[in-house]
Amino acid sequence: MPDALYLWALTLPAFGLFGYGVYGYFKVLARARREKRWDHPGKRLKLVLTQVLGQRRLIEEPLIGVAHLLIFWAFVFYATSFFWNLARGLFPFLPIPFADEVRWMRIALEIFGVLGLLALAVAAARRYIFPPPRLEKSRDASVILGLIALVLVSSLASQWFGWRAMWWVHMATVLGFLAYLPYSKHLHLLAAPFAVFFGSLRPGSVPASSAGASSLEEFTWRQLFSGLACAECGRCDRSCPSVQGGFALSPKMLMHHMKELVRGTAGGHDGASFVGDVVKREEIWACTTCLACMQRCPAMNEHVPVLIEMRRRLVGEGDMDKSLQEALKSLNRYGNSLGAPPRARSKWTQQLDFPVKDARKEPVQYLWFVGDYASYDPRITAATCSAARVFHKDGLDFGILCESEQNSGNDVRLAGEEGLYESLQEKNLKAFAKARFGEIITTDPHSFQVLKHEYPAANGARSVRHYTQLLSDLILQEKLPLRKKLKLRVTYHDPCYLGRYNAIFNAPRRVLAALGLEVVEMPRNRTYSYCCGAGGGRIWMEDPPVYQERPAVSRVKEAAALSGVHTLVVVCPKDFVMFQDAIKTAGLEDRLEVKELSELVEQAMG
Amino acid sequence: MSENICVLAEQWRGQISEATYETLALGREVADKLGAPLTAILTGSNCRELACKLGAADSVIYIDHPLLAEVIPQTCAEALVQAFSGERPRAILVPLTNISLGIGTLLGGRLGAPIVNFCKDIQVDNGRLLACCVMYGGKIEVTVETGAPSGHLPAVLGIWPGARPAEKGHLERSVPVTDVPVKLEDTQGIRLCRYIEPEAGDVDLAKQDVLVAVGRGIQDRANLGLAENLANALGGAVCGSRPVIDQGWLPLSRQVGKSGLTVKPKLYVALGISGAPEHIEGMKDSELIVAVNSDPGAPIFNVAHYGIVGDVLETLPALTAAVEARKAAG
Amino acid sequence: MHILVLLRMVPDVVEELEIDSDGRTLDVDYVRTILSESDDHALEQALLLKERHRATVTVLALDAPEVDDALFTAAAKGVDRVIKVEGMDTGFTTRQAARVFSQAIVDAPGVMPADLILTGVQAIDDLDGLIAPLVADDLHMPYLGIVTRISLDPSGRTARAIKEFPAGVRGEFQIRLPAVLGIQAAEKPPRYVPVAKVRAAMKTFKIECAEVPTLADGGWPAVSVLEMKRNEPAGHAEMLEGAPEEVSARLCGILTERGVF
Repeated sequence: MPDALYLWALTLPAFGLFGYGVYGYFKVLARARREKRWDHPGKRLKLVLTQVLGQRRLIEEPLIGVAHLLIFWAFVFYATSFFWNLARGLFPFLPIPFADEVRWMRIALEIFGVLGLLALAVAAARRYIFPPPRLEKSRDASVILGLIALVLVSSLASQWFGWRAMWWVHMATVLGFLAYLPYSKHLHLLAAPFAVFFGSLRPGSVPASSAGASSLEEFTWRQLFSGLACAECGRCDRSCPSVQGGFALSPKMLMHHMKELVRGTAGGHDGASFVGDVVKREEIWACTTCLACMQRCPAMNEHVPVLIEMRRRLVGEGDMDKSLQEALKSLNRYGNSLGAPPRARSKWTQQLDFPVKDARKEPVQYLWFVGDYASYDPRITAATCSAARVFHKDGLDFGILCESEQNSGNDVRLAGEEGLYESLQEKNLKAFAKARFGEIITTDPHSFQVLKHEYPAANGARSVRHYTQLLSDLILQEKLPLRKKLKLRVTYHDPCYLGRYNAIFNAPRRVLAALGLEVVEMPRNRTYSYCCGAGGGRIWMEDPPVYQERPAVSRVKEAAALSGVHTLVVVCPKDFVMFQDAIKTAGLEDRLEVKELSELVEQAMG
Repeated sequence: MSENICVLAEQWRGQISEATYETLALGREVADKLGAPLTAILTGSNCRELACKLGAADSVIYIDHPLLAEVIPQTCAEALVQAFSGERPRAILVPLTNISLGIGTLLGGRLGAPIVNFCKDIQVDNGRLLACCVMYGGKIEVTVETGAPSGHLPAVLGIWPGARPAEKGHLERSVPVTDVPVKLEDTQGIRLCRYIEPEAGDVDLAKQDVLVAVGRGIQDRANLGLAENLANALGGAVCGSRPVIDQGWLPLSRQVGKSGLTVKPKLYVALGISGAPEHIEGMKDSELIVAVNSDPGAPIFNVAHYGIVGDVLETLPALTAAVEARKAAG
Repeated sequence: MHILVLLRMVPDVVEELEIDSDGRTLDVDYVRTILSESDDHALEQALLLKERHRATVTVLALDAPEVDDALFTAAAKGVDRVIKVEGMDTGFTTRQAARVFSQAIVDAPGVMPADLILTGVQAIDDLDGLIAPLVADDLHMPYLGIVTRISLDPSGRTARAIKEFPAGVRGEFQIRLPAVLGIQAAEKPPRYVPVAKVRAAMKTFKIECAEVPTLADGGWPAVSVLEMKRNEPAGHAEMLEGAPEEVSARLCGILTERGVF
């Protein structure tokens, strides 16, 4: 029958082009480094359920989120209907009706068709009339919008007006769409669900130790896949402090480079190397590893691991700014990034009127891992002392490792110096092994992250808690005597390493509430918290020559804009330093002050 | 000669260096305490007229040779060895500057004589010479004895700049000059091709009344602006110690110290500078020195008139504000 | 082309230095050692020349606590050969070190001929001499100190070196090779080598050991340290205390009195 023949004539090349494109990607990915992502299939399916079928992250931007959800489900129905029709059309002897000959299918198609077109109108209006910043306005996107619209319109027209020609237009358009798919950004249709399934179950974990990556074969397949799954929506850029600050990095651009790398269009001619020429050094070093991009990305792409792999390559060649070099040399030699004498690490305790136990010499319940800045930087030792006095007043049995404590290595790892991280970890583990303690507490979220997740539990499972968790638990158990209620309006900054990395939002807030403080939230709070800019080793690096506004300055302005709020509460030493500096830069000294939570707890204890 | 104290005069590009006068001042003191004569040694080519500048000494030995026109340490040392081939002096004081570094060591090596570096003072105790030296970047002081008083070998003492005020070594008077001929061959295999003058900076540090100097304690290039604010408020210029120039935060024309410029402004504010001898050499004669450093044991406080122990990054803006307030008040 | 680099460890002054109970030496229990800063620059300069001229670099070092770390770091940076001279007393002086170096250079197989011998211009504990000029004289080679730049002449028999003079002036010298140079600073700051590479070197690189040569009678009179003490800023500066604002106000007052402005 001629109809079937025509259909075959359209289908074969379309499927051929599609298959060829997809097969090409498989071949490329097969050359990449292996990475196991089959574990916990149940959890992975659940992710697909919520992120793909439920479009959870897309709905965070409600208008386009709902629109995209409708388009997605319209697509699901139309795809089903298409394959149904195709099967019936190609194999006329099959004893099934065409999809649009089945009543409930017709109704579903009509409803989703209309809703889909409405959603497309919203999407188009958003894209062309009031686009959000960082949305990639490519011709590809316009073509796709047009094609989808045509798919829906042609199907509706075919159903409503019985125009046979429209049926053919519809089938041809979908086949054309299919053929075009591997070569457009709409590859994300196919790739994103798999990207979600094979996504990291622990975003924020550092990629397994490697020598770094600068060529295709050196990245893992999932890292490369991020480029294919990227729909260029710009959500990563919109949440990135480097982008907002006017630094060189754009996470979206990074994904685009990965896409180019996979497609083989990234350069490599004229000796252009991926790391350094295609992706510039300033971009690679600008990341604060705050994880905002990865939290927002609907395809669960892996921007930060890609950057870390590239940093490892640069570090391997000693290619970094002098300031970072000095910090790493100091960390290697003295265990702190400040070039400070190791024996002076516990000098801050001299400001207290009670002795602090040396955990190497006597057993303690709580081993307090203090951290570099909290130990040495005079701007922060006051807060460290407050914490000590709080623990002491509450009768907690705590101690420190004094000069045996080395930098935990969290930011060293993120800066790409794996070998140095291992060396620091070894020294710390040796110190832990010699001490006797019940659990580790820390006042430094960066140390918390790596101690909890990356350090092997030396003698059995070790509990690691941030001090806000400890205080929160003590408050719940009514073991923290608070004599005064501090009647203040304050705002609280969720540090990246407690908040986004570990979902610890409520414990600090519980403590603040118990102190009698009224917490006014900043617009960007909890997982939307805005990074202070110090993470990922950036605090050790020089400022780039050109930038607009440091992230910390933007953040303190946000805090200062809250009416009646004059106190910004932090629970991370780096936040403390960055915001103090930012307040001076922004000239907000009369308007806002930074306080460590420990200082407020001490006040409330009376 | 065997009782003499000798001072090696540094003649460079037709001038006697400041460090020479400082060393002469110290030599004069030591010679007077010993009751011994002070002899200056001048080497060069056709520069006999400079001998009258060395009037602080009792006599001058002048060694003229074309190969001594420029300072080549091994050539110089050979000339001195020949000059001392007869009787050897009690001690030879050699300024430790970029001009003469190495000459003292070579001399001591070739004579088999003891060498002591980093001397900032020489005490005389019962006829013994005791050198007070600073080591370990200025953090440690040692007192050293160099051989018995009746030993026949001179002590070669490398004198650290700033041991004595240069004015005390300035005395223009005519003193007896002895010409000592030497035979030198050009076998050393070194010659000076040319001098490279420093690039003229936008600012001539030597002409500034006020200098705000930054060291490693400024931590970040971005903080230079704070120093500039202070410099502007005080009507001066920013300069730096070697580490800051090496990092590229300031150009070479702003380097103060051993290999940079020597300055004597009315006010020198040293921010985050530890006070290593190489830097002190370049600014110790400033009229008023104020130092800010977070380390109370920093050697800079040895040479400063006023010291502030604190965080440079906190003190700096406060200082600028106070200065501006004072100026505004009129 | 063959370059020899002479390395020594010195006390690391980051920590407070303690004086031993004898009152004349440093308390070695408390002191860590670090590669002398200008020696590190000499090493970097040698590596730069190696890259430029495809030279080989041999490191000759004197044994000291923690020297192995510095030597494996040098290996990871790309030197071809490392020889450690062992068996010395602690507390040897610069002059003895120079004599040991000179003898070891002659005795150790394959070290000579060298075209260039580089070492740091001066270390913080060079009380009784300097390495470069003494070694140069022992080996009858030309010597130049305070060098910041080296370039080989095409003939390969001479080199140009830039030496720092006062007041920012520099002098360009032509030197006949082989020569001994005291390096003030390398053309680039000492490179960073990742810890992983140093650890890899610890597993694969062999440090050769040489016995300390028996020195002919040192032949020079001793320099004896009578006393050693910490250089406390003994009340030279008048210290201003208080919060930054207070201190600043006081200082302004002083400056006004002194007529600075």
